[in-house]
Amino acid sequence: MNQNNIVGTLHASRTSLQNTSLVRVQDVTKRYNKSVALDNVSLDVSAGESVALWGENGAGKTTLIKAILGLIDFQGSILVDGHDAKRNGKDVRRSIGYVPQEAIFYDMSVQATMGFYARLKKIKIKDQRLNSESLIINNQSSVERIPSLLEKLGLADHIHKPVPALSGGLKQRLALAVALLADPPVLVFDEPTANLDVKARRDYLALLATLRKENKTIIFASHRMEEVESLADRVAIMESGRIVESLTPGAVRLKLTPHVELTLWIADSERARALHCLEQEGVIAHLNGRGTVVAHISAEQKLNTLQLLAKQGITITDFEIERGKLWN
Amino acid sequence: MELSLLWTIAMRELRESLRNKWLVFYAVGFAALAFALSQASLASAGYSGLGGFGRTAASLINALLLFVPLLGLSVGANAIAADREKGSLAYLMAQPVSRAEIFFGKAVGSGVAVTAALAVGFGLAAIALATSGDGEASAFIALTFFTVLLALASLGLGFLISTFTRKGATATGAALLCWLGLVFFGDLGIVGITLSLRPTPSTLLAMLLINPLQIFKLGAIYSLRATLDTLGAAGQYAAYQFGEALPFLLASLLLAWIALSFGIAFVFFNRKSDA
Repeated sequence: MNQNNIVGTLHASRTSLQNTSLVRVQDVTKRYNKSVALDNVSLDVSAGESVALWGENGAGKTTLIKAILGLIDFQGSILVDGHDAKRNGKDVRRSIGYVPQEAIFYDMSVQATMGFYARLKKIKIKDQRLNSESLIINNQSSVERIPSLLEKLGLADHIHKPVPALSGGLKQRLALAVALLADPPVLVFDEPTANLDVKARRDYLALLATLRKENKTIIFASHRMEEVESLADRVAIMESGRIVESLTPGAVRLKLTPHVELTLWIADSERARALHCLEQEGVIAHLNGRGTVVAHISAEQKLNTLQLLAKQGITITDFEIERGKLWN
Repeated sequence: MELSLLWTIAMRELRESLRNKWLVFYAVGFAALAFALSQASLASAGYSGLGGFGRTAASLINALLLFVPLLGLSVGANAIAADREKGSLAYLMAQPVSRAEIFFGKAVGSGVAVTAALAVGFGLAAIALATSGDGEASAFIALTFFTVLLALASLGLGFLISTFTRKGATATGAALLCWLGLVFFGDLGIVGITLSLRPTPSTLLAMLLINPLQIFKLGAIYSLRATLDTLGAAGQYAAYQFGEALPFLLASLLLAWIALSFGIAFVFFNRKSDA
């Protein structure tokens, strides 16, 4: 399927889902003095859909998220779960669980932090110290929700620790726990793994993937391919405050990483033959200083290249794929 | 505006303020000073009834004029700017609360914290006076009332500074400059203007009433049943012009300062051009 077809299909599917849009952004423009942060942005996100906002720093991702949360003035309109972000920002934020790039909490314990945000979200909680239920309204199941959330997110063992003592990964888990407190229909993440190390990022993505399976509606800003591929149904590409394209994650990969560098570990005796073989097939390749064969191929040629060498009886002991540079 | 949300934010702010080392420092310093002054004044008065309390309070007024604005300004200046700098304000604003609930929650929490800090000092002074069987309760309460109003007016000015600054250190610096202006330059300026321009008593009184510290000073001295002669022509003019209504006028002026400073601060905090 070529790119135009992909965009066309997505556009058609979006049109058919317009009536079920949980988040509708229409002609939104935001200016800071003379600079335009958002330029006539429109975006529909259906219930259960997961949309990535992809773009370089300054493309307008965070500004769009702030507008969706009703935190800034803008021209145009944004509806979230039927609430107008301009007029009823508070209701909009009640429908959204938000996780920033780096959540900054007050100096309280994990338990007190959950209690504080539960009160702000008007969730009924059980105060163990008073052995009574305090506050409020909307969700009976929330009494059990906090312990189960902490358990699910791996925070149960840290409940009495002060938040500043937690690692970056645990703080982001806490932010996710806060976001999920009221079981909102929409989750919004602003580069949620940007400050995490590799292991914490992998664990966090696994948590987000479970939410994806629970059919949460998700909007997230990212410029990490692994996040987009594991979480997004659709990717809105942003440039200079505009959404310039809407693609599938696969199409994004093809578009943004058309070439890869395939490094092959091959026995010394077979290396020259492997290089010759690749060159005969029109593959640009060379031997590098580490004694490996490096092939420059298009992203979809990876498997073919490996199969080609295998057919020639060349043993590949290991390989490494380095993708072309993405934005940033 | 939902009061339950405002209260939740106020209680968190109160806990945070009570852990603020500067607030504790001010409270302890002021308490020690108030207690020492009350003891010293009682001793010098020779247990002479109202005279003893009057000296205590007169000494206290000068201490209050230095301490209270510094306390209010520094707590207020950090209430928003420090949170904004850390990033916790942005995260709080992304929750289902309005800016009004955040602002006034912080204002109430800080106000209670500042009042509590003053209560420690006044409490110790009250104990000293009560154990000696000395003093006049109504005058002491009036002095306490004016002090709390001055603290809240200073807190409002601190909030105003806080809404305009993005860093805690900048806000603290601006608060100190504001304090210097109110405490020293305000006084010196009036002395200079009086000497050079020789204004009429009514003009002089009007100039005094621009500064919340001078309003407090007038109100506090009046509360002690002392003569306003100590304030010179302006004081005499105020007593002559307003008579028994003067303390109510002065209290109203301080209340107006509180409303105005918090009001303007909120207008700027409530702007959604940036977040």
